[in-house]
Amino acid sequence: MLIDFLFELRRQRVNVSSHEWMGLMEAMGKGLHNSSLDGFYRLARCICVKDISDFDAFDQAFLSYFKHVYVDVAAVTDDLLDWLRDPNKFDGLSEEERKMLQSLGLEELKRMFEERLKEQDERHDGGGKWIGTGGKSPFGHGGYHPSGVRIGGPGGGRSAMQVAEMRRFRDYRKDRVLDVRQIDVALRGLRRLGREGAVEDLDLDQTVDATCKNAGDLELVYTPPKRNRMKLILLMDVGGSMDPFSRLVEQLFTAASRTGRFASFEHYYFHNCVYENIYEDAAFHKPVAVADLIARTSRDERLVVVGDALMHPGELMSPGGSIYFYHHNAAAGATWLRRLEDHYRFTAWLNPEPHQYWPRTTIEAIASIFPMYHLSLEGLEDAIRHLVRGGQRPDPVGAEPFS
Amino acid sequence: MSDAFNQFSGTTTYIASDDLQQAVNVSCALEKPLLLRGEPGTGKTVLAENVATSLGMELISWHVKSTTKARDGLYVYDTVARLHDSRFGDADVKDISSYIKLGPLGRALASDKRVVLLIDEIDKADIEFPNDLLTEIDAMKFFIDETGKEIVAKERPLVIITSNNEKELPDAFLRRCIFHYIDFPDTELMTKIVRVHHPNMEEKVLDQCLELFFKLRDVPRIRKRPSTSELIDWIFALRKAGVDISRVGSGIPFLGTLLKNEQDMAILGNN
Repeated sequence: MLIDFLFELRRQRVNVSSHEWMGLMEAMGKGLHNSSLDGFYRLARCICVKDISDFDAFDQAFLSYFKHVYVDVAAVTDDLLDWLRDPNKFDGLSEEERKMLQSLGLEELKRMFEERLKEQDERHDGGGKWIGTGGKSPFGHGGYHPSGVRIGGPGGGRSAMQVAEMRRFRDYRKDRVLDVRQIDVALRGLRRLGREGAVEDLDLDQTVDATCKNAGDLELVYTPPKRNRMKLILLMDVGGSMDPFSRLVEQLFTAASRTGRFASFEHYYFHNCVYENIYEDAAFHKPVAVADLIARTSRDERLVVVGDALMHPGELMSPGGSIYFYHHNAAAGATWLRRLEDHYRFTAWLNPEPHQYWPRTTIEAIASIFPMYHLSLEGLEDAIRHLVRGGQRPDPVGAEPFS
Repeated sequence: MSDAFNQFSGTTTYIASDDLQQAVNVSCALEKPLLLRGEPGTGKTVLAENVATSLGMELISWHVKSTTKARDGLYVYDTVARLHDSRFGDADVKDISSYIKLGPLGRALASDKRVVLLIDEIDKADIEFPNDLLTEIDAMKFFIDETGKEIVAKERPLVIITSNNEKELPDAFLRRCIFHYIDFPDTELMTKIVRVHHPNMEEKVLDQCLELFFKLRDVPRIRKRPSTSELIDWIFALRKAGVDISRVGSGIPFLGTLLKNEQDMAILGNN
């Protein structure tokens, strides 16, 4: 049943709705799939998939649903018969080969074919025996065998199965980590619109009022257009265990610091854990007291921390636990983190470490203080939703790891 | 396959891949908008022009900007002009309809013939923009509140929407579209495309140009990789200046037509 393909797609997390499925059925009713598997592949893809990041999942679903169809012996038999009936196709064979083939006979050939299908448990390219592509076996397609039987797929070009199997769109998957542009796109969601700045829009109601008051003589009133009033504070962990992620953090910073994006944007650095001071520069020369930051900024500003949250438990939990030998912190790192989280109404911690490393580490402890998200496109989108609307925090470690 | 289907197969100046042709034809047959995505410069906008030419329909373009509102596409009610007119009394202020100007979408729906409507770079506008268009695109009709007039499409226009992926488009909107991602052409298709624009070019020179071009695209860490349109411009510049590509050593002439920012130039210099 074709409907199983729908469920296979949904299982692969391609978000196909019944609306699209009906569209596909209508299209097939009109014969738009050209009665071929290739046509169906293209048709189904352009109707069901709406984002290149889902192409790979679609390919996988297609492969898993149609791999049995592909080697459907009954459908292939006609091809075999045709091939055997057509004497022209024997041209490329040597005398010996021809004899050998004739000696095989049709039944024999069919039997061999089925047997090999059974023996073969995966796709095969090249080689001289298995059914597949590019080989010298008489079965398969795109091969060198002078008179091979082509199974499925049109000659020349790439068949749907081949396209699906190449999985060319793997790189576009969403759970992959991001580039600046993608972060840019995601950050556009982070906004709170309000009217301020130069007056440009005509305010109709006010104009009517003003004109009335002006004894009917026209008085035009303009208001400022809507602008983003979101204020953002970005706190970045640099150095040490964060080095492998420095490029990622740099990209996030680049995207966030674009001028005009936020009403105000401040960024600070820390190493490993936040104590009484954070720094304006990544070289830790210009300290800013966390207490000052808290006193100076309003609760409505959004705080985003980027860090791997991995450290020795002592660095987080005990006073004097700072990674720097000469630095004695009177309050534990966890205390400072909690103060920050308490002050701001909306906070998020973005962690580049994959979910599976979170349990039973300091990440788990920090995730119980800050709402923590994985620094991937999906995680970032979730974090932004939380920053804009608040609502339920993610489960510190229960968050399902996607692999 | 019916005759009504399979109408579009590229034009003499536009080479469309099989996938793309099918997507256009599916969108045509199902009367659903076609959403095109892909790298900048892969011919998303040009496609609409060529679909219009090849199907013999009029093209109405709507170039979306960051300030565009969905309603602007339907109609604009010029209140200010009417107010001003009322002040000086030099036009018929009572006739509201003369102050209503149809936008591109409005014109496409009001047209007597089937037209191609291009909504270019839909992602430039506000995030909610596509959602505001849902009803109009679904029902292909709209209401002018000021005059109480309803405009219903006689022929559903063929809608082509392009997006540069700047913003995520809402699901409800996507569900109504046919989607196609214009993949970057491979060498074979690219040869065909260049041939269309430069028909009398020597085989060898073309091959060399393409080799250089694809090598350039493969340079790691380049931010803005050159696209098809840039390749065509570059070849045009080369031919105009009469540069023999086979004699050029390590440097690439007219690099400025291919790379558009200093960092990329610097990266190339280092390699």
